[in-house]
Amino acid sequence: MIRLIDIYKEYDNGTKALKGVNVRIDDGEFVFLVGPSGSGKSTLIKLITAEIAPTEGRLMVNGYNLTNITPRQVPYMRRTLGIIFQDFRLIEKKTVHENLSFSMRAIGASNRELKRRIPYVLQLVGLEQKANRYPGELSGGEQQRVAIARALVNNPSMIIADEPTGNLDPQRSLEIMMLLERINELGTTVLVVTHEKNLVNRFDKRVVAIENGRIISDRTGGYYNGEKI
Amino acid sequence: MARKFDAGYYVSEGFRSIFTHGFMSFAAVCMIVACLIIMGSFTLLAVNLDSMLGDLEDENELAVYVDETYTEEQARAMSPKIKAVPNVASANFVTRQAALDQWRAGRENNELLADLPGEVLRDRFYVHIVDIEQIAQTKADLEALEGVGYVGAAIEVAEGFVLVRNIATGVALALVGMLLIISLFIIANTIKLATFYRREEIAIMKMCGATDGFIQWPFVVEGMLLGLTGAVVAFFAQWGLYQLVSKLVIQSNGLSLVTMASYESMVGTILPVFCGVGAAIGVGGSLLAIRKFLQV
Repeated sequence: MIRLIDIYKEYDNGTKALKGVNVRIDDGEFVFLVGPSGSGKSTLIKLITAEIAPTEGRLMVNGYNLTNITPRQVPYMRRTLGIIFQDFRLIEKKTVHENLSFSMRAIGASNRELKRRIPYVLQLVGLEQKANRYPGELSGGEQQRVAIARALVNNPSMIIADEPTGNLDPQRSLEIMMLLERINELGTTVLVVTHEKNLVNRFDKRVVAIENGRIISDRTGGYYNGEKI
Repeated sequence: MARKFDAGYYVSEGFRSIFTHGFMSFAAVCMIVACLIIMGSFTLLAVNLDSMLGDLEDENELAVYVDETYTEEQARAMSPKIKAVPNVASANFVTRQAALDQWRAGRENNELLADLPGEVLRDRFYVHIVDIEQIAQTKADLEALEGVGYVGAAIEVAEGFVLVRNIATGVALALVGMLLIISLFIIANTIKLATFYRREEIAIMKMCGATDGFIQWPFVVEGMLLGLTGAVVAFFAQWGLYQLVSKLVIQSNGLSLVTMASYESMVGTILPVFCGVGAAIGVGGSLLAIRKFLQV
């Protein structure tokens, strides 16, 4: 669960990125976070992943109070999240399987856990036949599915996808979004940051719209402010 | 999931990383070898200088002249009292006649000296001291003894030795210290370059929830292995270099005024020091290099 209460964020250079944001995302929800460039989306994600701290307000993520979280607690909080990036961020020198095992190793998983979990996750994203391929040998859509598998492999309670379809064509984008929807149906909370209006409108999901550091709309159905996004 | 200290994983990752980034590893080892050889050369120079000054100091002795009214037996009886003076290492008694004979040696053709009676000189003790820095105090202590007429000591020469030794030691220590700090930063920068290529891996690990310790350990192992490898290579290279310099010094030093300690006699000290310093700058450099990339 994510809970933002009166969150303000002002950077050292004086930029006020967030101005009193209040949002609550419950377990099991699928939420789109939409808004134009510079609206505060990225700042919001950085706050949720504890890359930066809020200037004011209270922020809770999966039971951790990020307002006063200690540096030692941050890795454990991050283990409750799976993060997907627009540019995939796969390690080119490692195979698909190695990319996933690398992620599991990072949190101290044993070989037995690796053997049990990785085939399951690869099957979930439809890449069980490509475990030994390198990222460079895969299409963009397949690479993003590897990134999704990596985010899922540590069994997080929430997936945060930051512009996951930004580098993909419409068909691949739809496939990725459908995959995220399926993951959500299996019980994982999903937060997708995007500005692709058509894609958002194809799914009947909750849409939180942010503009100029403020939440300007929070409703289900792909609409906000009375206009189609 | 298991949360344990996986030493096997850290060591295997450290080894793997050395070979994956072979060129950077080679560059880091070369830097460590160069730094250790430079530091080692200065240290060996200081050790040899110290040893040579020590030899010269040993030759610096005090002459304790016995009161001329004392008989030879009375003078000999003073030996325990002189040896009991603090800082006295040894005291050799020389009779006035033996002293005169020594003085005459080489002057046999001088007729003026032929009839000199033995009484013209005094019985004396030649005293070697432990710490040359205490020479003035020892001279005063000896002069205070009953039966001592006069103590001859080249205090200015002794103080000159002490000054030269202190300057040499200070300069060597300062140079080694500076080189150590410079080495640490050079190694840190070399490893930082290697780490730079892996910043994406580190960022991904951080986002997955890896602790700083988990990320750092393979780098620590890698730094230690590179440091130890550099230390062993530097040890043998230093050996060869030292032998070469020793040979040149001996060839150009017909009168044997300069003596050099043998490398073999210092192996037990040099190898552990090189390994310790190599491992320390390898690990220190790794930790310095990775610090920046952990702030995600």
